[in-house]
Amino acid sequence: MNRLWWPLGALVALLVLNVVVTPSFFSLRMQDGHLYGSVIDILKNGAPTLLIALGMTLVIATRGIDLSVGAVVAIAAAVTCSYIAGSDDQGGASTALVGMAISLGLCLVLGLWNGFLVAVLKIQPIVATLVLMTAGRGIAMLITDGQIITVNNETYRAVGAGFVLLPLAILISVAVLAIVAVVTRKTALGLLIEAVGVNPEASRLAGVQSRTIIWTVYVFAALCAGVAGLMISSNVSAADANNAGLWIEMDAILAVVIGGTSLAGGRYSLTGTLLGALVIQTLTTTVYTAGIAPEVTLVFKAVVVVIVILFQSPKVQSLFRRRRPAVPAPVAVDLTPQEVAR
Amino acid sequence: MTALSVSRVPSRHLPVVATFALFVLTFGAGSVSFDNFASGQVFANLFIDNAHLIVLAVGMTFVILTGGIDLSVGSVLALSTMIAAAGVKAGWPVPLVIVVVLLTGSVLGLLMGLMIHKFDVQPFIVTLAGMFLARGLCFVISIESISIKDKSYRALGMDRIALGGGVSITNNVLIAVVVLVVAMYVLHLTRFGRTVYALGGSEPSARLMGLKVGFTKVGVYVVSGFCSSLAGLVFSFYTASGYGLHAVGMELEAIAAVVIGGTLLAGGAGYVLGSVVGALVLGTIQTIISFDGTLNSWWTKIVIGALLLAFIVLHRLIVRRTAT
Repeated sequence: MNRLWWPLGALVALLVLNVVVTPSFFSLRMQDGHLYGSVIDILKNGAPTLLIALGMTLVIATRGIDLSVGAVVAIAAAVTCSYIAGSDDQGGASTALVGMAISLGLCLVLGLWNGFLVAVLKIQPIVATLVLMTAGRGIAMLITDGQIITVNNETYRAVGAGFVLLPLAILISVAVLAIVAVVTRKTALGLLIEAVGVNPEASRLAGVQSRTIIWTVYVFAALCAGVAGLMISSNVSAADANNAGLWIEMDAILAVVIGGTSLAGGRYSLTGTLLGALVIQTLTTTVYTAGIAPEVTLVFKAVVVVIVILFQSPKVQSLFRRRRPAVPAPVAVDLTPQEVAR
Repeated sequence: MTALSVSRVPSRHLPVVATFALFVLTFGAGSVSFDNFASGQVFANLFIDNAHLIVLAVGMTFVILTGGIDLSVGSVLALSTMIAAAGVKAGWPVPLVIVVVLLTGSVLGLLMGLMIHKFDVQPFIVTLAGMFLARGLCFVISIESISIKDKSYRALGMDRIALGGGVSITNNVLIAVVVLVVAMYVLHLTRFGRTVYALGGSEPSARLMGLKVGFTKVGVYVVSGFCSSLAGLVFSFYTASGYGLHAVGMELEAIAAVVIGGTLLAGGAGYVLGSVVGALVLGTIQTIISFDGTLNSWWTKIVIGALLLAFIVLHRLIVRRTAT
């Protein structure tokens, strides 16, 4: 629980700041059966980041990193929009569904590709995923022919802009969060992922199929990025290969790091990632409502990362520990996935 | 450790030789396919159009040789064009603008280096924060693009130096060549350069040998920061403008140039000249695509990705073979 105090504190501080600036910050209103309000907006706009950050959390837990998620977002958007725009029945529900299925299928292949490079060829994750990060946006541009493709399809629009009391985007990412939490808590998968992150070689010798585990997390990360890509492009009913998902890999990594997951691998916290994603989105919204240009948000994000990584660094940690010797250092291998997920 | 053993066998030259061959091959392919391609000016234009990338790649080579990485270079380049453009617009004298820009880049590099060394944080995450910071600072200065109208500043980028035979170059090419020569001197003939290689080979060994590990580790980020801001100046000479969205993704091109140039990403082995040839390969691909006219420019990214992959796998094979 200790590690979650930092992101939680940051989130609360940001929310309090918002209430001071705009007293009506927490007010919700009902309109046509949908809930509206600033908090809902934060959750909705943060949904794609949260989704990608969930995939990233598991990848980072295996001591990896996936830089290609932004490019995958662009590809997923490009494929779906091109398919819908090129079909005979542009407004049809089945067109949208088939387009999304094709796009997610492709994301699966991209995840397999990343996993192949990391798990089989044993290339450093940062380098392996750099390949797709560089080439991916080019591929997305090729698919859209360099144009911004706009589509007019109600079914597709629902993914990013639809409501069932709450925005669908929120429901989708919370559902994925719940599924990941259940699967990693109720099965040994979470423990195995951590074991691979602590020492891939030792866990392989202990009988863990580390290659399969690594492969799985990269496929999962790519699928999450794909769904996030659908959300982002469906929200604006367009695919912009140049800008869709630009720098989102950085936001996702940031969310994971703020959430207390160590970049060194071996332990992770899904709750932390959720908090991290909320902190980032609230920060972005706060900067925006304060009347500062949205691009300047990058400066605030940079400051937050610097503070968080300094507090996470071994040097500062040992400084804290020396002052409070009663608190034992957390030992990664002793934690069960249940404890970690909390 | 594997990187050290690589440096003892002749196969360490293999990636660099492959890079040279690749350059000759791509340039040759262009010459065969298009009239007027194999001319001195097209070759000179490679340097003119890619001088900023060459300077970035040289700085990045220092960092990667120690086994680190610098993701902030593209953003620092953009920030430098922004400071230069805003400074010139505010009426600062040109030499002052240049000094301020170079100082900013070096100080940013120094801060990142100190965080990496003093707090033992991964270079990747620190320079990621640096990337955010520099990019954001661009927009603090201005959201819009600022064009540089000062005549003397523009002249720095526009003036042509005739080499004879109708071939001319710009000041930027001279800057890139000077950077290359200085980098080669520093890496191969100074204590600092030797420590850079030793650090990439094995940090504990370098420490046990009594080398200045901390100084060198911080130093390479200062070098990279300096090169990034110099590349920003070069870029602002080239485009006569400052813009916060200049060079988005350029850090990847710089890393690609270094890797294609034969430097091992694990550190310890590689040559700065290889990185320059790597940058020229990327430039040649771009030139071929623009000569062709029917190919979309985004093929560049895909080809770069493919080349990156090919060289990474090549390095992997070399390291594996020498390790066993």
